[in-house]
Amino acid sequence: MSGKNIIIIGGGPAGLEAAYHLALHDYSVTLIEKETETGGHIRKDLKLFPDFTDASEVRKELSDKMMHPNIDLKTGICVTELFQEGLKWVVKCDNGSSFISDAVLLATGFETFDATRKEELGYGIYDNVITSVEFEGKLKEGKILTSSGRVPQRIAFLNCVGSRDEKVGNLYCSRVCCINGVKLAISFKEMVPDAEAYCFYIDMRMTGQHYEELYRTSQEKYGVTYIRGRISEAAATFDNRIQLKSEDTLACLPLKMAVDMLVLMVGMEASKSTRILSAQNGIPGEYGFAAGSGINFRDNLTIKAGLFLAGTCKRPLSFQETIADAGAAAVQMMDYLKDEK
Amino acid sequence: MKEWGYKISTPRVIDLDKADTARYAKLVEEVPSVKKCIMCGACSATCTASNHTDFSFRQCHLLFRRGQVVNLSVELDKCMLCGKCKIVCPQGVNTRAIISTMRIILSDMNNRNTPL
Repeated sequence: MSGKNIIIIGGGPAGLEAAYHLALHDYSVTLIEKETETGGHIRKDLKLFPDFTDASEVRKELSDKMMHPNIDLKTGICVTELFQEGLKWVVKCDNGSSFISDAVLLATGFETFDATRKEELGYGIYDNVITSVEFEGKLKEGKILTSSGRVPQRIAFLNCVGSRDEKVGNLYCSRVCCINGVKLAISFKEMVPDAEAYCFYIDMRMTGQHYEELYRTSQEKYGVTYIRGRISEAAATFDNRIQLKSEDTLACLPLKMAVDMLVLMVGMEASKSTRILSAQNGIPGEYGFAAGSGINFRDNLTIKAGLFLAGTCKRPLSFQETIADAGAAAVQMMDYLKDEK
Repeated sequence: MKEWGYKISTPRVIDLDKADTARYAKLVEEVPSVKKCIMCGACSATCTASNHTDFSFRQCHLLFRRGQVVNLSVELDKCMLCGKCKIVCPQGVNTRAIISTMRIILSDMNNRNTPL
């Protein structure tokens, strides 16, 4: 053993992957997760974009890594306080326990945008307006049904809900909702081939590897229709369907249609833990996310020596980017602990 | 009546509950590459006809796709079938075939005076 202790806050993909790399290099890792099981948001997923890997596969790989003897997993406890004492870091939890370590990795992740804040879209008002997370849940259950138990024949997916929206305070793009919408539309068409799927978008931001190809496949093979325009309002029809109003900005004409279900592609926001713990340590950041100490380099470091960042506590990232970032964070922590004798 | 200052305007909204998409389905069958269009507008930018008239191939194709075919045959007649659009299309869409096929589908419709 290296004799150095590391505490990782957050047992999502970032925390788990970083814990494993550090454990392999003989650091003693304590991983604290507030939920009773690890895995974070991917616990809710059926498949991952862009290659439709079973989410259960990556969950299993990550949880297998937690069997490493150098990792001490603490679940069901929430970190409430994080501060530096000399060269050591102190972590206090809601169950009264506290831990001391040589370095801390913040891997506190994101929360999805609360769609009730966009009242005009009818979430929380009409049963057939649901979020992308709830739609994924239905896919996982193996059946997509409207509130009245019918198989929807027409679904609309709306991008940028809670992203690129100054009124809700989020000017940034959440980056993964576009491709996630493509994935959900394809999954729906595979389940109900005769149904119609519409995606309303402002820009299709296919920035990752194979995203553009999947976007094309969704049109060529699955016949998903893309309409450039943001849905301005959703209302219920007499038969409990959802009436949509938008503009087809490429046709330069207003557009209306009724759908059986409206799925809101909710963006990523900073999690409560990220906000609280970074504020306690004076870590700067935009929109509640925690900022690294550099943009081009030192993105996993903070202004506090010994406090590191990994994953979506910094900004919206895909699963694959999160895993890569966790590895990078682990290396930088090892660099730090090597110098600090 | 001539003095009356009001008239009923016809709605110009695309209503996807009423739009007839059978013509577009026919186009997809005839020219499958139409599905690859990403609406970049390269076709309209290079179009010889667009330089002299308000013709826009991209928009005509999109209106056809959305079932908005009123006056569309008149618009499509502005195309001289030079095929420059096909050369510049980054997605390999057979734009020239789309124009010809849309013309055929629309003239069939006009001649028979019945929906497809």
